[in-house]
Amino acid sequence: MLTYTLRRLLIAIPTLLFISFVIFMLLDLAPGDPLADQPLTIPPEVREKMRTALGLDQPAGVRYVLWLKQFFWTEPLHTFDVLFGTSFAEGGQRIISWQFRSPAMDVIWQRLPQTLWVVGLAYVVGVIIALPIGIISAYKQYSWFDQIGTFVSMIGFSVPTFFTGVVLIIVFAVNLHWFPSIYDTTLKVNDWASFWKQVRQMIMPVTVLALFNASQISRFMRASMLDNLGQDYVRTARAKGMSEKVVVLKHVLRNSLIPVVTVIALGIPTIFGGAIITEQVFKVNGLGQLLITAIYANDLPMVQTLTFIFAALTVLFNLIADVLYGVLDPRIRYD
Amino acid sequence: MTDLPAAKVDAALRPPRNQWWDVWDQFKTHKGALIGLIIFALILFGVALGPFLWGIDPTYVDPNPVQMLKLRNQGPSLAHPFGTDQLGRDMLARVMAGGKVSIAVGLTAMLLSLFLGTLIGVLAGFFRRLDGILMSATDLFLSLPLLPLLLLMVTLFREPLSQRFGTEAGIFLLIVFAIGVTSWMQTARIVRGEVLALKEREYVLAARSIGTPSRRMVLRHVLPNVMSPIMVSATLGIANAIITESALSFLGLGFPPDFPTWGRILFDAVDQMQLYPLRVILPGVAISLTVLSVNYIGDGLRDALDPRIRGR
Repeated sequence: MLTYTLRRLLIAIPTLLFISFVIFMLLDLAPGDPLADQPLTIPPEVREKMRTALGLDQPAGVRYVLWLKQFFWTEPLHTFDVLFGTSFAEGGQRIISWQFRSPAMDVIWQRLPQTLWVVGLAYVVGVIIALPIGIISAYKQYSWFDQIGTFVSMIGFSVPTFFTGVVLIIVFAVNLHWFPSIYDTTLKVNDWASFWKQVRQMIMPVTVLALFNASQISRFMRASMLDNLGQDYVRTARAKGMSEKVVVLKHVLRNSLIPVVTVIALGIPTIFGGAIITEQVFKVNGLGQLLITAIYANDLPMVQTLTFIFAALTVLFNLIADVLYGVLDPRIRYD
Repeated sequence: MTDLPAAKVDAALRPPRNQWWDVWDQFKTHKGALIGLIIFALILFGVALGPFLWGIDPTYVDPNPVQMLKLRNQGPSLAHPFGTDQLGRDMLARVMAGGKVSIAVGLTAMLLSLFLGTLIGVLAGFFRRLDGILMSATDLFLSLPLLPLLLLMVTLFREPLSQRFGTEAGIFLLIVFAIGVTSWMQTARIVRGEVLALKEREYVLAARSIGTPSRRMVLRHVLPNVMSPIMVSATLGIANAIITESALSFLGLGFPPDFPTWGRILFDAVDQMQLYPLRVILPGVAISLTVLSVNYIGDGLRDALDPRIRGR
């Protein structure tokens, strides 16, 4: 298992390098000019100097290697400095966002909590709802519960989040005035009143995303339970006279959770990047919204860094899912 | 023999049926799939033939400014069953025109992604030498953050492509291409698995022993037998492509404003959703209904094409 994990980690390095190179070249081919939003009155020679200052006169290869150095060397050193009060990164050039005119990673750290709170909570809620629904649906296959559950998960799966979000806003914010339609990120939670406010503004985005996640995971859970309920060991367990509760919740559930756990692990990177649309609908200024605004503003360093972070998370959780599968299921042996 | 009931004898004597009739019989028993098929057919008809029956141009703005101001933001009426939008354009015509683009994007992107997925899956499954490299390419694509990359591709290349092919055609090509290249991986994996299993069958061995060249082997013996998973991923592909296109339009990165698609109409209406919720609901329901019906069709097809379930 250890050798497999190590091998996968080693393969991940060229994969990530390749992905970062692809993103870099894609951005480099872009026709957009980063100086386009500067005033037209700037004389051409000054403009040329600004390009040099941004490092745009270097060939693409040099800029790519410089970005690599900034991302993999200067930024980690800086994080280390902040955490431990050292000064290793002194004088090192960090990745500067053109849009905010400050280090890109600082902005990302500012935005991360909103995304983690809203989207992460939605994922957790989605999983908590999905598992029992999947279990009961499979155990009582073709019952009314199963029929309704399948229908609802089909709807949650098919209706795009931007539409569910907008409908919730129309019903609960515009007509009923129950919840605010815009997420207020400046809200500080320091007493019960502000906590309640925070809960109220989180309910709608969390509901939208949780419904979407739950509908996918519950389908996996149901299919996996159905696979296992027909196995011979279930009949054996029943024949031994075990109670139905033990058979279902101990024997079948544990085995069915193996593929579902990997599916859940695979979905975690989408917490960071995949909720772009929901963040846009509810105006949550998290990472997804940061990416959108950076794309609009032609802020190439920010786009490059964010997309690469999303890619790295995806690769990491793919790896975790594979390793987890091997750890949980003794029938799978990679070596 | 004489004891057999007449029906059974009949069944035994009947000429062999095409297997697709069996598939259809099984498909019919799945109620959701049947309803989905009917709804999808209705939507297709409405979108394809509707504009001929409903003669109003979806981009028509009344040239008389007074008339135009009067016609804005109207509720449903006989002249405009779905009301009008903020420029006085007829919503029914816009929804139909938008559906045409959305469904066209969905179908074309699905075809492209199926073509890529099947090609890579068959090549990887059939030729052992290509397997390693093609499957690592597939894994690589699977580990890309797709929505951010799609957004990037669309923003970066919309200008040059619009200049070369004209605004609409350029963006259509770009979106279809972007969705197609980022959604073939599942199909490729499934097809590869099927091909690997098929390769061990006796009839493939028999075909090989009489000297069938690889090309004909793939086209004659392998491809027809992997049709079932391909068809199922085709339905899922349409649903995925329609949702992706409308998501791009919803983020303002899809088609231009005067070129309606369902996602774009929804995006344009969101600013005024507090006053005119109907304009948001209409395109949203259209997208959801289409995707829901396509997903149900896919569900039914999966059951119908599974020989272990069929005939029981």
